[in-house]
Amino acid sequence: MPDPPPTPATPSSDGWRRLRRNRAALASLWFLAAVVLASALGPLLIAPEKKTSSNAIFARPGQEATLAVMDPLDPTKTTGTRAVRFWLGSDDHGKDVLHRVLAGARVSLVVGLAAAAVNLLIGVAYGLTAGFFGGRVDAVMMRVVDLLYALPRILIIMVLISAYSDSLISLLDSGRLWAQARGWTGLEGVLGLLLPYNRMLVVILSLGLIEWLTMARIVRGQVLVLREAQFVTAARAMGQRAWKIMARHLLPNLWTVILTYLTLTIPAVILTESFLSFLGLGIDEPAASWGSLLKQGAQVINPLESRWWLLVFPAAMLSATLLALNFLGDGLRDAFDPRSHE
Amino acid sequence: MLARLARRLVSLAAVLVGVITLTFALLRAAPGDPFIGEKSLTPAQIEEKKRQLKLDGPLGSQMARYFADLARGDLRESSKYKGQQVGEILRHSLPVSFQLGALAFVLAAAGGVTLGVIAALGRNTWADYAAMFAALAAISLPSFITGPVLIAVFALWLGWLPVGGWFSWQTMILPALCLAAPYVAYVARLMRNSLLEVLNQDFIRTARAKGLAPRAIAVRHALRVAILPVVTFLGPLAANLLTGSVVVEAVFGVPGAGQYFVRAIENRDLFLLLGVVMVYCSLLVALNFLVDVAYTFLDRRIKLDA
Repeated sequence: MPDPPPTPATPSSDGWRRLRRNRAALASLWFLAAVVLASALGPLLIAPEKKTSSNAIFARPGQEATLAVMDPLDPTKTTGTRAVRFWLGSDDHGKDVLHRVLAGARVSLVVGLAAAAVNLLIGVAYGLTAGFFGGRVDAVMMRVVDLLYALPRILIIMVLISAYSDSLISLLDSGRLWAQARGWTGLEGVLGLLLPYNRMLVVILSLGLIEWLTMARIVRGQVLVLREAQFVTAARAMGQRAWKIMARHLLPNLWTVILTYLTLTIPAVILTESFLSFLGLGIDEPAASWGSLLKQGAQVINPLESRWWLLVFPAAMLSATLLALNFLGDGLRDAFDPRSHE
Repeated sequence: MLARLARRLVSLAAVLVGVITLTFALLRAAPGDPFIGEKSLTPAQIEEKKRQLKLDGPLGSQMARYFADLARGDLRESSKYKGQQVGEILRHSLPVSFQLGALAFVLAAAGGVTLGVIAALGRNTWADYAAMFAALAAISLPSFITGPVLIAVFALWLGWLPVGGWFSWQTMILPALCLAAPYVAYVARLMRNSLLEVLNQDFIRTARAKGLAPRAIAVRHALRVAILPVVTFLGPLAANLLTGSVVVEAVFGVPGAGQYFVRAIENRDLFLLLGVVMVYCSLLVALNFLVDVAYTFLDRRIKLDA
């Protein structure tokens, strides 16, 4: 049987080939997949009595403790006791650190992904518009970006979060009541579900609304090159509408660049979120992200008794995840950004 | 040159007015007042409090009176730290933040350029890989993790340096290192890529064809051009060091302006917050201007007045 003819190399298939040869990027990808899987499934596998407050306060990693077993039907009653092992120790309320770290992974990853998505929408739309229309529109839009670059963005994020975390609660709650009055149970249910996560929503929105500048610049730069390409001129000559040219001809050619910078934005956002939470301005109890776990760990540390496990495990997970995301992003950039390889 | 300076000053004023208006409006529109923590007050008492803090009347008039005070150089009184002028608080705390920032800036710029040049010249050798791996790690690790690790190793374990505070040159080393680390890495990556690109250009080939030693080529010809992207980054670098010091100051217990920023937000201490934001924004714009000027001296092809 003859060999099938080799598929012709396109810039993007070339890129995937380059990425597959990058061992650090591939290892990072596997690691991230494992983190996502563990944070999604892990909390389901942990015994419920380890997740709540217990009398096993500050158990060392690997230490065994006897806990009251909750009645699965009525959590206020207990059905006996059972010996459990705290693999990563327990915190000042006797909660399992392994569970807290995995649940924290959920929060940190969701905040990172969601804020990066908001970021992506704004940045891509802004960059596309500026680059496509060019001329004075471009000049004005890019001056605005320059101006915003010159502001202390993290300070503005902090102001936004602290100013609006309370407003969002009342907004969500009044929205829920409004939907209830109209009998829109679907909307009521969604808003009711979001209510406990208001702090997270404020963090996501503030980060997403402020951190899109780099994405806008990069997309605009690419569009400036692409709009001179012949297939765009042809589409224009045939009288296609501007938004259609952007959606059909420009966006498909931008997605590798967008993917690359998205991968680099996610760790930046997770890092900022952990910063904010560490300072007490981000995710708050009862929810916890890696940053707020570190803050809580730092609060109960004292020189006499080192409870290192409260800091080391969240810190290690946060660092490893950020490192993996950056490695993957760098790998994608090397593989797909035409300017980054010689 | 002078015309450009004047234009920059005008845009600085515009940015400041914009940011102050925005911060003022955001904080006043949000629920909560500077006296949020105090026990329940009657409406009349609340009005009286507002009048004392000059926060009575419509928002526009509150702002107009604040700008009028600013024009006279009065930053008003902190609402949390009773009897302390915002100007006074900043005068005490800003010099500390500046020392820390300046030290980190020198470390980041000098260390980053050196590491970047080493990595580029030893391209694809172990030195290059090690430097670039270290750089990526430094970028990935948050300063509130590297800070405690530095403290644990150098202060608690080896006992070489103090744990925190700000009273002698020894106390400055760890915070400055911690603050500079990610930016050493940024600068190193920037320097390496830029130098590699320049080393591929024609004028370098000419220099090599003339028989110049590789080191002389790199230092005398390539570095002068390759350093330009690094210079562009110095403005944002200074900005990042300023805001980054909020966390580092908290970790090391440095009595700088960063702590006041976080506390001012928590306490809704409007005027203190505005004072800190104002100082940071002016610095950013001023630094970006300095970078522009430095650029013209390094690259004669750019004309600022064009």
